[in-house]
Amino acid sequence: MTNVIEQLINGLRTGSIYALIALGYTMVYGIAKMINFAHGDIIMVGAYLLYVFIDIFKLPIILSVVLTIVMCSLIGVFIEKVAYKPLRKAAPLSVLITAIGVSFFLQNASLLIFSANPIKFESIIKVNAVHIGNVSIAGITIVTFIVTSIAMVLLTSFIKYTKTGYAMRAVSEDKGAAQLMGINVNRTISITFAIGSLLAAIAGILFLSQYQSLKPTMGALPGIKAFVAAVLGGIGSIPGAMLGGLALGVIESISKAYISSQLSDAIVFSVLILVLLVKPTGLLGKNFIEKV
Amino acid sequence: MALLTVKDLSVHYGMIQAIKNISFEVNEGEVIALIGANGAGKTTILHTITGLVPASAGVIEYEGPCNSNLLKTPPHEIVSLGMAHVPEGRRVFAELTVYENLKLGAYTRKDKNEIEEMLNNVYKRFPRLEERKKQAAGTLSGGEQQMLAMGRALMSCPKIILMDEPSMGLSPILVSEIFDIIKEISESGTTVLLVEQNAKKALSIADRAYVLETGKIVLEGKASDLLNDESVKKAYLGE
Repeated sequence: MTNVIEQLINGLRTGSIYALIALGYTMVYGIAKMINFAHGDIIMVGAYLLYVFIDIFKLPIILSVVLTIVMCSLIGVFIEKVAYKPLRKAAPLSVLITAIGVSFFLQNASLLIFSANPIKFESIIKVNAVHIGNVSIAGITIVTFIVTSIAMVLLTSFIKYTKTGYAMRAVSEDKGAAQLMGINVNRTISITFAIGSLLAAIAGILFLSQYQSLKPTMGALPGIKAFVAAVLGGIGSIPGAMLGGLALGVIESISKAYISSQLSDAIVFSVLILVLLVKPTGLLGKNFIEKV
Repeated sequence: MALLTVKDLSVHYGMIQAIKNISFEVNEGEVIALIGANGAGKTTILHTITGLVPASAGVIEYEGPCNSNLLKTPPHEIVSLGMAHVPEGRRVFAELTVYENLKLGAYTRKDKNEIEEMLNNVYKRFPRLEERKKQAAGTLSGGEQQMLAMGRALMSCPKIILMDEPSMGLSPILVSEIFDIIKEISESGTTVLLVEQNAKKALSIADRAYVLETGKIVLEGKASDLLNDESVKKAYLGE
């Protein structure tokens, strides 16, 4: 029993990181109607930035974390401006291929700068484990839960109550009508990329603190799993991304513990196929017919 | 004084010319109707004025706070010049509540008291919207959505309001109600540019009107004269 609970907690920890990343996929999809496959690599960029600030420039931890998040945001906005904005009117397939290109570019740029050898990194999170009965919860797990919960509450309130949040929801529903309200659609898309990349940077920092090792492809797998999470929850839906992320984390951790650790990735990706077959709109996605 | 002047406007969709050298003007305080059959180019003209569709030639002058050529103004800046557009098919934000839709109408407004005042005015004019303010706009009936689209446009305190087929798909009673409201909006000092297929209703509240046929203006004049014009009667009034 204790074991099951610990596995569940592990699953929720990984799942909440997936959820943070999935939010970026789902928000960008909602507003720009594109799958940003380079999104996962922002995690890697964030991890390397944190490493550079802390281990190379020897900056204080808090400052490094803030700088990492800000820089990832700016990089996200920059990528959108340079790679995706010129394709606003292009076919969806061109945009998708461009996103994959950006992903390769980011991975190879870091390969060039840092080489393929994994770099060790000492976790910046030093919180003691907590024991409840027989169950022990690692410090990193507690910090991950707190950080992701705060991020999700802030994001939800931002979208629900601020003027920019209103604008984001309006643009995701109808760009033309949003423009008639006086909303600057390009600016709103930039803000969405900034927020998505900010969340990916936080995910990158938490991910690095957990695995304590860097390599240029480290963002690819969590990125693609978070994409599965976003589809599972219903792409375009923010609560869906949160739920999908947590569900996927638990599925992964349970299958690692009780089915097979080698097959766990396969099981996770089978979830994607299953969702696409049974309920393509995802758990919380809406069943709407696109008007022609 | 001309508030809005369209000069030699042409619009192309790919190879097809939808609007052919059209010129017309809207004076302050007037209700102007653009009438014509399906595909005559009425909606395209409104979309070009508010920047949703690019023009291929021509000038659109607007006497706002500063004299401007609307074709050179970014679309999202047009509403702050005092021009609101109630688009065809209402296009309310279905997943947002009625209240949120109205707040978005005042997106370019900064003064909180002014927004509150406009909100009260809109609720006074459309009591149904206040009753349903917490409901998602997609759950409203067609008539209520039309009222919401109009209320949303009024939230920006426009000098001129462009309305595209406000009566489309509504029952005859609601159509009359909507036209009464348009008249009220005009009487409260807002200039109205109205696009309608319901020519009779449109001409009955308009000051002047332009008749469009396949992208060209074929007839223009006082609305009361056009109501009695034999060719208009035959083609658009079903008499």
